[in-house]
This record gives sequence, C-alpha cells and structure tokens, in this order.
Amino acid sequence: MKKLVMILTMVLAMVSAQAVFAADALVMDGSTTVLPFGQAAAEQFMKQNPKVKFSVSGTGTGNGFKALADGSAQIANASRFIKDSEIKTCMAKNVYPVPFAVALDCIVPVVHPSNPVRSLSKDQLKDIYSGKVKNWKEVGGPDAAIVVIGRDTSSGTYGTWQEMIMGKDVRVTPRAQVTASSGAMMAAIAKNKNAIGYEGMGYVSKSVKAVQVGGVAASASSARSGKYPLARYLYMFTNGWPKGDALDFLNYMLSPAGQKIVAKTGFVPLHGEGK
Amino acid sequence: MKVTNMLKIAPRRTDSKNFGGTKDKIMSLSVFSVSMAGIILMVFILGFLMTNGLPVLGESSLSEIFFSSDWYPTEEPPALGMLPLIAGTLAATLFSSVLALPVSVALAVFTAEVAPKGLRSFMKVLMELLGFVPSIVLGFLGMMVLAPWMQDKFEMASGLNLLNASLLLGFLIIPVVASLAEEALSSVPRDLRDASYALGATRWETIRKVVIPYARPGITAGALLGVMRALGETMVVLMVAGGAAIIPLALTDPVRPLTSTIAAEMGETPVGSAHYHALFFAGLILLVITLGINILSLYFEKRGGRA
Repeated sequence: MKKLVMILTMVLAMVSAQAVFAADALVMDGSTTVLPFGQAAAEQFMKQNPKVKFSVSGTGTGNGFKALADGSAQIANASRFIKDSEIKTCMAKNVYPVPFAVALDCIVPVVHPSNPVRSLSKDQLKDIYSGKVKNWKEVGGPDAAIVVIGRDTSSGTYGTWQEMIMGKDVRVTPRAQVTASSGAMMAAIAKNKNAIGYEGMGYVSKSVKAVQVGGVAASASSARSGKYPLARYLYMFTNGWPKGDALDFLNYMLSPAGQKIVAKTGFVPLHGEGK
Repeated sequence: MKVTNMLKIAPRRTDSKNFGGTKDKIMSLSVFSVSMAGIILMVFILGFLMTNGLPVLGESSLSEIFFSSDWYPTEEPPALGMLPLIAGTLAATLFSSVLALPVSVALAVFTAEVAPKGLRSFMKVLMELLGFVPSIVLGFLGMMVLAPWMQDKFEMASGLNLLNASLLLGFLIIPVVASLAEEALSSVPRDLRDASYALGATRWETIRKVVIPYARPGITAGALLGVMRALGETMVVLMVAGGAAIIPLALTDPVRPLTSTIAAEMGETPVGSAHYHALFFAGLILLVITLGINILSLYFEKRGGRA
C-alpha cells in the first residue's frame, strides 16, 4: 500500500512537472532552410531571456504546419507560403495561422571567374542541371563540357534549388558532382574553369563569379524588390496573433539584432541599407 | 647472480598463496571485465546499426536498394537505390589497392632486404610518419593541388574524380601496408636466408623464393588491413571523389562512396525518416564488406600457417 502511494505521488509529480514545463517551453519546428538563423536567433533570444525554454527543430515546412495544427509547436518555420489544404487542416483544429516574413532566401548560380557567360535564364539553368545541356557552347560560352556541381540532397540549399529551378518532376542529373558544404562548393568552382554551381547569396565568395538570372544580378535590393527570380520570402507562422514569449521572439527576429543574425547566416535581411 | 635470481623466482611460481590467490583473481577479473566491456560495446554498436538500418526494408525493398541506381533520398517517395554508392566504394577501394599494394610490397622488400642500415631506419621512420598524416590534409591537397593539376594537364572535365580519390587513398594506405609487410619480412629467421645463400642462391632468388613465401601470411594480412582502411576512409573521398551518384565507367568519372554519402547527408536528415534508416543501412553494408575481408584474411592466415 505504501509503495502504491509512493508510485502515485511520483506519477503525479511527473505529470505536474511536465505541465509546468510545457507551459514555459516555446517550440519551433518546420523548414530546414529557416533552421540555421532560426536556431541562432533562438539561442541569442534565450541568452537575453534565460527564463524561456526554447526548443528548435527542423523537420521540413510541411511537418512544421502539422505541428502548428496539432499544437505541438507554437512557431512553424516555412520556406514557402502556407497551402490551402494546410490552412484547412489548421482551421479544422481551431488554429489560425498568421504569417510573418522574417528573411529572404536568395540563391545565386556561380561559375569560374574566367567563364564569359554573364547571364542564364531559369530554363537554361534547368536544362544544365537536368543534363540536357552538356556544353557551354549551347548557352553562349566556350566549347567545353559543363561540370555540374550541386549540394548534397539533405541541404536546404539543394531543396531550394530543386523547388525554384527544377520543379516537381525534373531531377538533377546523377552525374552532377556533390559538395558537402558551402565552402567546398566555392573551392570546387574556383578551381574548375568549366564548373557551374549554386549557393545562398551570403556564402558566395569573391573567388567565383555570380551569374545573372534572366539578366538580373542578385543583390539584396533586387531580391527585396522581387526582380531577382531566385529569391523568396521565408516565414514564421504562429497560431493567431502571437502572445507572450512567441511575440517577444518574433519582435526580436524582426529587430535589427535579429536581422543581423539573418545576414550572418547567409540570408538576405528584410531591411537594410542598399547593397 | 643469474642463478640466484632464478632460484628466487622458481619457488614463487609454485607458491599456492600467490598463484590463483586474491591478487591474481582481481587481476584476471579486471582484465576479463575490461575485455568484455569492449565486446559488449561492439555488440551494442552492431545492434544500434541494425535497429536503425533494417527499418528501411519496410519502406523500400532489398532489390531496390541493391539494383536501382537512383539515389534521390529526399524525394517523396524517396528513391533509395544504393547501387552507384556501392559501386563507388568498391571502385575506389579496388583502384587504390591496385595502385598501392605492389608499391607497398616493393617498398617493404627494399627497406627490409636491400637498403643499407642507415637508409633502412630512415625509411622506417618515414613510413610511420606518413602513416600519421591526417586524411583531411590529404583531402585538402587533393582538392587544391591535385585536382586543378589534373584538369590543366590532362584536360579532364573535373579533377574531383575516381582517379584522384584512388591516388590519395593509395597514398594513405601505402605506409600502413608497407610497415606491416616490412615487419613480416624482418621476422623471417636468419637461418633460412643463410641456408638459401649456402645453397648458392643469389640475393634476388633468396628474396623471391625464400623470404617472401615465408612472410606471405603477414604481408597478406597487412594488405587486407590496408584495403579495409581504404574502404572505410571517409574524409578523403568526401573531399575529392566528386560525389556524383553514378556507376563509374572511367577513371575520370566522379564517384560517391557509401562513407561520404553517410557523412554528407546524416547531419540534416530528419531522424526516423526512410532516408535516415537508409544511411544506417549503408553503414551495415560497409560493415558486411569489412567482415568479408576479415574472414578472407583469417583464411589466408590459416593457410599460410599450414604451409
């Protein structure tokens, strides 16, 4: 009997502890593209507000919306706007998703500095990466085989490229070389005069040449104005207008300090001077 | 002095208080538990690999994994054909071994049999030092020096390819195999060489017909250890193999071995997804290949022992 009472109290204590924990914890889930700066911002935010328990994970945009709908996350990160079907799932559970644009994602095709090609269209990029176009001559360059370099399939940059250039049904050719990091990508391009690659704008170094897309050069201002075709907004969604810690965090994210983190991780901040 | 020493030791050995006494028991127990801890750890690692790798069979089939050449693990549904990855691993291991093993054995023979004493100890130190070169340094050299050089010199489309990876892997395993083979050659008894010379054999004949056959089990074991090193090497292939998931048809084709696939993709794979399980399964495949080579080396050792 004594034992039973003890077990019961223990269970009760655990349940109540969990309830307290759940009330304090702020959970953020969703896009892996948002994860790098989302996590960095969350860490900074926690440093300034030591009381807040913040747990961050990146399981994909779709999963983030699912977590928002079933209440297991208060903030859902997304690399695209919410779909109609996802809004319906949320509404069915009395969750009203509210979007906050927090950063811009801008991907830049890069080539060796000696490559004379200045601009490529989205279709040309797609044909190069699907393996249809194999020679620089076909897109206005010298007569040399194109060495296609991409990122590993798990990286957010790969996912963005797949979505914005390749579309749903076209695969990147398996002959494409794969680099495991942004640094490796820059090194591979800088050392090969026939190579083409892509990288998030913040990671493009001076050792390579950025190619214009459809005649528009990538820059923070062309990304913000929507002229540059390979740029998109990144979002954080909350259930209704955010309250408490979630509101504080989003305010921090949109503040100059939060936007600095965005820029530091290679994305384009929402506001800022020129460039 | 010697005699008294021996006398001192002799009764101790039969002293029942010490032999099998508490101290011995403590010693043997601690040795036993430490070795068992090692074994249990290995079993846990294997179990972990299995529990995380085998679920992929629920989401994909063995025939897809082993015979499909589409590796698009992040698609919906994921395409998990590992044939190009396995081919990449085998090709890089095979070519690096073909390049490195003859060189290693030649180096070992030179060091152990031909080189004068001073040069010999220098070579031994050199081999050991080269064996400690971190693979990431080699990978860096391959990426920044060897690859651009191959592009310029041989007009290759890209210097990050099977040849580059094989050369570097070969360079990585030469010191390992050479020092093991050198040890095997050095341990051939003096009497055998003397007997051979006494029969009028030349130095070359002695090396070829007496020393090498006697040392063969040791050389083979060293060679297989080197092959396994090439098989499991991750950093070099991640950096210089190019990473395209295709079945290589030429030395200039880029490859994507299992090891570099795991290293590149594990970090950002959602835990518990088909892709995650597939990467653990790739680890299992590597383990099975290593086990195969190990069994092969055991077999050679046994056969060598009989002869």
